[in-house]
Amino acid sequence: MDELLTLTRSFEFSPYISILELSYILASILFILGLKKLSHPDTARSGNLWAAAGMGLAILFTILFHKTKAENGTYEGIHNIGFIIAALVIGSVVGWLAAKKVKMTAMPQMVSLFNGMGGACAALISLMEFPKMQNILAFHGATSMFNGEAIAILLGLMIGGVSFAGSMVAFGKLDERIGDIKSPILRYVNLLFLFLLVGLIIFIMASTPVKDNNLMIYILALLALLYGVTFVMPIGGADMPVVISLLNSFTGVAAAMGGFLYGNQAMLTGGILVGSSGTILTILMCKAMNRSLLNVIIGAFGVSAAGAVQSGDKSVKEISLSDAAILLSYSQKVFIVPGYGLAVAQAQHLCHELDNLLTSKGVEVKYAIHPVAGRMPGHMNVLLAEADVPYEKLLEMEDANKEMSSTDAVIVVGANDVVNPAAEEDPSSPIAGMPVIQVWNAKNVIVMKRSMAKGYAAIENNLFYHPRTRMLFGDAKATMQKLVSEIKNL
Amino acid sequence: MNDILQFFLLYREAIFIIILSIFLGIEVISHVPSVLHTPLMSGANAIHGVVIIGAIIVMGHAHNLLSMILGFLAVVLGTLNVVGGFVVTDRMLEMFRKKKTQK
Repeated sequence: MDELLTLTRSFEFSPYISILELSYILASILFILGLKKLSHPDTARSGNLWAAAGMGLAILFTILFHKTKAENGTYEGIHNIGFIIAALVIGSVVGWLAAKKVKMTAMPQMVSLFNGMGGACAALISLMEFPKMQNILAFHGATSMFNGEAIAILLGLMIGGVSFAGSMVAFGKLDERIGDIKSPILRYVNLLFLFLLVGLIIFIMASTPVKDNNLMIYILALLALLYGVTFVMPIGGADMPVVISLLNSFTGVAAAMGGFLYGNQAMLTGGILVGSSGTILTILMCKAMNRSLLNVIIGAFGVSAAGAVQSGDKSVKEISLSDAAILLSYSQKVFIVPGYGLAVAQAQHLCHELDNLLTSKGVEVKYAIHPVAGRMPGHMNVLLAEADVPYEKLLEMEDANKEMSSTDAVIVVGANDVVNPAAEEDPSSPIAGMPVIQVWNAKNVIVMKRSMAKGYAAIENNLFYHPRTRMLFGDAKATMQKLVSEIKNL
Repeated sequence: MNDILQFFLLYREAIFIIILSIFLGIEVISHVPSVLHTPLMSGANAIHGVVIIGAIIVMGHAHNLLSMILGFLAVVLGTLNVVGGFVVTDRMLEMFRKKKTQK
């Protein structure tokens, strides 16, 4: 009871701060419910809107009601409101336009870009808060910076910086502006960077705060950026979705550091929620490919891949367009297996046209969707939905595999690793154990491909040499176009 | 040892929230179908844009030119994350809704 009395006496009541804190609780609830709804297909869209509403609420109430205790004991509200609103408007317009204009195929790199922006924002906050904190500590004659605020600032800077630089590299890779550098040396360079970063953070915290002595924090920022680049650089382009998901959870943690710093519950819960759910999502994505996260990060893919399959004397059989047209038209059941090649060539609409054409000839057409086909899980579903392919025609891998033996023809459009029999037959293959679509069980397989180039896993695909497989070389869109007109002319 | 215990006592509320949020995040996400991995990642991406609140607070108490410029930049970047993130996610999910109405 005594405690309660002292509490009421020392508690400085401010209705504005109460309202602000209430809005943060509400925002946190909206984030949680939004995320929960996002994980069910039926409610996903409203979940996104709920989370967005929570965000809008938190932003608005922060501008209106946020108060900081100034040195003279009075409460100070938010200044520079004009500039803040200007920045909000600029960010909103640019973000809105970018998100609306981007093609569906380029969605993954867009997510990566936005993620990087969040990381940079967190890093900038730390860059501004560190000098303030150091000056206050120096003024009070502190001998070291061992406190929670310093940890939050320094970790926020490090994680935000890594996330920003890493996301930019991931963006460049997905946009095919940056190639892969698969050098084993980078692995050691990365370890070195990580040690340097952690060491520097401990060094800064142990050093005596000196007014306006900010050199170390800039070095830390620079190191974090460099580490972000070397961290993502050696990871193959096909693994970028996993990397983006991982960097996404990093940014979440960086945001939570800001929340810790300001004692801001909305930032804390929102950030940690993304940090933990992002980590789980990353692990789920790895599981869908039957690989461990460590395996993805170290980048074992493609390194040991070389000698797995000897392709010396095997030959591929090509199929002419007219033969392909006849084969498809006189089939009972046809499966289309789309891959990233379809997305790149933007052939989803033609795919649907082919589907319609064959259906009108009495052929049963279905799509077999591998969970990691394309550059991101669900990528194919989104693309085919854009082309108005009905939902019930899209079969998940397990269901499609059950129907394969009763299928007359399979058309593989720009997919490679997800139909590679090596995953089941060759235990030494880098993709061994990854579930694949068993197209070779169908009576005929037509592989539409630009060239014999390897897929993203950079391994040979024995499917192309399978007795039931015939190749149809060319750009997916052009070939599909020709195939459609060929069938029309039959 | 004493320092660590003192640290824990000082920040116990934040530590509590962090631990509970970690479990909550794991619980909320598990059992998500793989079709939704991408939109979910994108939605989570938008949620960590909450870092913008920090940017607004910094900007709101900025007094010199350098921190004004950096703060302005931080608010712009944070807004990009929030607005872009939610709009991209909505566009992805719009595709799913279209499929449903066709059923």
